[in-house]
Amino acid sequence: MLAVDRLGVRAGELDLVTEVSFTVSAGERVGLIGESGSGKSLTATALLGLLPEELTASGSVRVAGVEHELVGAPERLLTKLRGSRLAMVFQEPMTALNPAMRVIDQVAEAREVHHPGRDRVLVEADALRLLEQVRLPEVATLARAYPHQLSGGQRQRVLLAMALANDPDVLVCDEPTTALDVTVQAQLLELILAGVAERGAALLFITHDLAVVATVCERVLVMYGGRVVEAGPVREVLTEPRHHYTRGLLDASDLESTDEHGRLHAIPGTVPAAGEFPSGCVFRTRCGRADEQCADLPPWTGVPDHGHACWHPVGGDS
Amino acid sequence: MRSLVLGGALVGLIVLAALLSFLWTPYDPTLVDAALRLRGVDWAHWLGTDRFGRDVASQLMVGARTTLYVGLVAVGVAALVGTPLGLLAASGPRWLGELVARVNDLVLAFPALLLAIMLGAGFGASTGTAMIAIGVATVPSFARVARAAAMQVLTTEYVLAARSAGRRPLAISVRHVLPNVAGLLIVQSSVSFGIAVLAEAALSFLGLGTQPPTPSWGRMLQESQELLAVQPRLVVVPGVAIALAVLGFSLLGDGLRDRLDPRLKGVGDAGR
Amino acid sequence: MIVAEELSRSYRRPRSTPFGPRPQVRALHEVSFEVVAGQRFGVVGESGSGKSTLVRLLAGLDSPSSGAVRFDGQLVSGRRQRDLDFLRSRLQVVFQDPMGSLDPRMRVADIIAEPLVAQRIPGRAERVAEVLAAVGLPASAADRYPHQFSGGQRQRICLARALAPRPQVLIADEPVSALDVSVRAQVLNLLSDLVDRYSLTLVFVSHDLSVVRHVCDTVAVLKSGQLVELGAVEQVYRRPRHPYTRQLVRAVPTLRGALAGITAADLTP
Ligand SMILES: Nc1ncnc2c1ncn2[C@@H]1O[C@H](COP(=O)(O)OP(=O)(O)OP(=O)(O)O)[C@@H](O)[C@H]1O
Ligand SMILES: Nc1ncnc2c1ncn2[C@@H]1O[C@H](COP(=O)(O)OP(=O)(O)OP(=O)(O)O)[C@@H](O)[C@H]1O
Ligand code: SF4
Ligand SMILES: [Mg+2]
Ligand SMILES: [Mg+2]
Repeated sequence: MLAVDRLGVRAGELDLVTEVSFTVSAGERVGLIGESGSGKSLTATALLGLLPEELTASGSVRVAGVEHELVGAPERLLTKLRGSRLAMVFQEPMTALNPAMRVIDQVAEAREVHHPGRDRVLVEADALRLLEQVRLPEVATLARAYPHQLSGGQRQRVLLAMALANDPDVLVCDEPTTALDVTVQAQLLELILAGVAERGAALLFITHDLAVVATVCERVLVMYGGRVVEAGPVREVLTEPRHHYTRGLLDASDLESTDEHGRLHAIPGTVPAAGEFPSGCVFRTRCGRADEQCADLPPWTGVPDHGHACWHPVGGDS
Repeated sequence: MRSLVLGGALVGLIVLAALLSFLWTPYDPTLVDAALRLRGVDWAHWLGTDRFGRDVASQLMVGARTTLYVGLVAVGVAALVGTPLGLLAASGPRWLGELVARVNDLVLAFPALLLAIMLGAGFGASTGTAMIAIGVATVPSFARVARAAAMQVLTTEYVLAARSAGRRPLAISVRHVLPNVAGLLIVQSSVSFGIAVLAEAALSFLGLGTQPPTPSWGRMLQESQELLAVQPRLVVVPGVAIALAVLGFSLLGDGLRDRLDPRLKGVGDAGR
Repeated sequence: MIVAEELSRSYRRPRSTPFGPRPQVRALHEVSFEVVAGQRFGVVGESGSGKSTLVRLLAGLDSPSSGAVRFDGQLVSGRRQRDLDFLRSRLQVVFQDPMGSLDPRMRVADIIAEPLVAQRIPGRAERVAEVLAAVGLPASAADRYPHQFSGGQRQRICLARALAPRPQVLIADEPVSALDVSVRAQVLNLLSDLVDRYSLTLVFVSHDLSVVRHVCDTVAVLKSGQLVELGAVEQVYRRPRHPYTRQLVRAVPTLRGALAGITAADLTP
C-alpha cells in the first residue's frame, strides 16, 4: 500500500533524514519509534509532501493505485491525495484545528473536499456519524463547539474523525497520544485501531513509547539520527533487539528493572542537535560497545523491513 | 532582518535630515522671496520652491525635526503613562483593572481632534498642544496592549514559579512581565509613532498644530493644496515624506520585535 | 510535615451567555491527607482531576475555597503572600511544563538564582554553580537561554532552581510527562538521587501510576477532585480497591503486557 525507498530530507547541506526505506501493506500496522529529534515527524511530513519550504525531500514514496511518484509530485496531485488516500493525525491537536470553526464544520469540510457536489445536509450527517464513531462525548452539543472548548483528548478525537473522513488507504499518526493522560490514551488507541481495521487501511504509528508501539503495531522501525537503525516484527525487535540503541530504549522504558542502586537504565548523554551526529554509526557517541570500526557507516544487515545497521549487534552475529 | 534594515534606513535618513538641519540647510526655510516663487527642480533648488519662494528641500529637512519631535514626545507620553497603567490593571486587584478599562474606553471615545481643538482654544494651537493631544489619545492603545500581554504572561508557569520562589508582585512585574511584553510594546511604539506622524500632519494641515513660520510636513501640504493641479510636486514631496516615515517606523518595529526575541536569534537548535 | 484538611477549591467559569449563571467547577473537593517528613508521596489521577490545583494549594500559590493547608504546624492557606516567606525557603515546586516554567528572556543563571534573590540568600554565584553541577549540567549552561536546551535539560534547570534555596520539601507536578522514555529515565534517576542526597520530602504528581510506583512509597488517587484511595503504593498498585484506581492501573500499556497479548481494547474499561 505504501512503499518508501531511500527517503531523505535535507535542509540545505544538512541531512536530517537519510535513506529511510520501508513498506506498509493494507491492514498492516507499523510503528516508528525513536527519541525526540530522531527525525520521526520529518519522515511523516515528507510522506505527505507537507515539508516546510526550506526542506527538500529525495528518494521515493509510492502509494498503491497512484501512477505518480509522490516525492516531487505537483502540489495539485498531493492535495488530491491528502485526506482521500493519505491522512495524518498530528501531535499537537490545537494547532492542527482551525480555532475559529466549529468542529463539525471542520469534519464536514474534510469530507466535502473529496466529495464535491454532495448535498450539504448529507455531508453534515456524515460528519456527525464520524464524530460518533470516534465517541466524542455529548456529541450533539460538542459537535457545535469550537476547538478551544474541548479537552486535549476530545480534540484528538476530532482530528481522528477528520483523518478517517474519506476512508484513507494510509493513516499516519504522529504521536497522537503523547500529550494525553493514560486513560484517554487507552481510549484513543482503541479508536485508531478500530478505525483502520474497519477500513483495511495501512497504519504508520509514530511514538516514543515502546509499550504503546507493542500494543498497537505488528512491525516496528527504530529511528535515530535521521536513520532507521533497526526494523522487524515488534515481538522480535522488542524482545531480542540487535541494535544497541533499541536495547538502550528498551532498558530505559522499563520502570520495573533497575540496577543495584535502584536506578533506571538510562541511555547516557542526549540526542545531538541536527547536524551534530557523528559520522559512521550515528549512535556511536552514546554506545557502550562502540569501537574504531563504528567510525565507518555500518551496512544494513537483512532485508529492508527486517534487519539492523550495527557492526557489533547485541547477541553477536547470526 | 530585511525589514529591520529597510526600516532602520528610512528612519535613519529622516533622523539624519533632522539633525543636519540644525547645522545646515541649503537655504533659510522661512526666507520668503517673491522673485523665486514656484521654481521647478534645478541645481539651486533640488526640490524647487513653493509659492512664497521658500526652498522646499530646506523646509522638508526642518519639517523632519518637527515630525520626530512630535512623535517622540507623543509616543513617550503614551508609553510612560499607558504601560504602567496596563501592567497595574493586569496585576492589581480586579476593580483596578476594571477601572482602567473604563477610563480607557472613555478616552478612546473622546476624539483626539476635539481634544486638540480644546487645547488649542485654551493655550493657543502649537506643536506642543498637538503633541499632548496625540499623546493622550495614544495612551489607551498602550494601556490595552500592555494589559492584554501582561495578563497572558501572568498565567504562565514561570510566573507561578517566581511566586513560589518568593517574588513579590512588583518584582514579578519588573523582572518577568515587562521584559516579556517589551517586544510587543516596541512594535506598538513604532506603529504609534507612524500614527503620530500622520496625526501631526493632519492637525497642522487643519491649523491646529505647528504654526507658521515653523515648517511642518502637514502645513507644507496644506499650503500647497490649491496648487495640486499646477504644481503637484509641492503636494507629492511632503506626502511621500509622510508615507515613508510611517512605513519606516512600522518596518523598524517589525524588525525590532524579531530581533529582541532571544528565541528567534539563530542559535542552533539544541532545544526545540 | 504537610497536612491537608478537607481541602476544596472551586473555580468560576466565565458565563457562557451574557446574563446566564456562572457555572462552578469543583476542581477539588474535601481532600484530606498528611505527608510526613522523608516520605515520597505520589498523587495520581487523570487530566482535570485536580492535581495541579492541589499542588498550587499546597505551595501556597492559591487559596482554598474551604479547608486548610498546614506546613510544619503553621497555617499556609489563607495567608498573604508576604507572610509565606517561611514556606518559600523550605518548600519548592517543579512545574508541569519544562519550557513554560522558564522565563524565555532570562539567562539560566538568573533563573536559578531567582529564589535566592527573592529570599535575599547570600552567595548566589557559588550556589548556582553548585546546583548546576548537582543536576548534571555544565557550568557553561549558566549564560545561556532556556530555548537553547532540550526538554530533559530544561527539566534539570527547573530542578536546579528548586534546589537552590535548600528546601526540605520538593513538589514535582508531572515532571516527566513531557519527556521521552530515555530522558524520563535520566530525570527520574536524578530526582531519586537528589531526594536521597538532600533528604528531601517529595510530593510527586503524575497521571501514570507506573511512574509513581517507581518513585514513591505512598500514593493518593484523585478522581474529579476527590480522594478515592490512599495507601502504600505497592498495595494500591497490586490490589487497587477503588474501581477508578483499577482503571488507572489497567490503562497503562506495558511492554510485558503487550507481548503477552494485551491489546488496546484491554486497556479501557
Ligand atoms: N525546518 C527545519 N529546519 C532545520 N532543521 C529541522 C527542521 N525541522 C526539524 N528539524 C530538525 O530535524 C530533527 C528531527 O526533527 P523531528 O521533528 O523529525 O523529530 P521527531 O523525531 O519527530 O521528534 P519529537 O519526538 O520531538 O517530535 C531535529 O533535530 C530538528 O531540530
Ligand atoms: N484557573 C482556573 N479557572 C477555571 N477552572 C480551572 C482553573 N484551573 C483549573 N480549572 C479546572 O479545574 C479542574 C482541575 O484542573 P487541574 O489543572 O488541577 O487538573 P490536573 O489534574 O492538573 O490536570 P492535568 O493532568 O491536565 O494537568 C479542571 O476541570 C480545570 O478545567
Ligand atoms: S555500530 Fe557500533 S556504535 Fe553503532 S550501535 Fe553498533 S556497536 Fe554501537
Ligand atoms: Mg515529532
Ligand atoms: Mg496539571
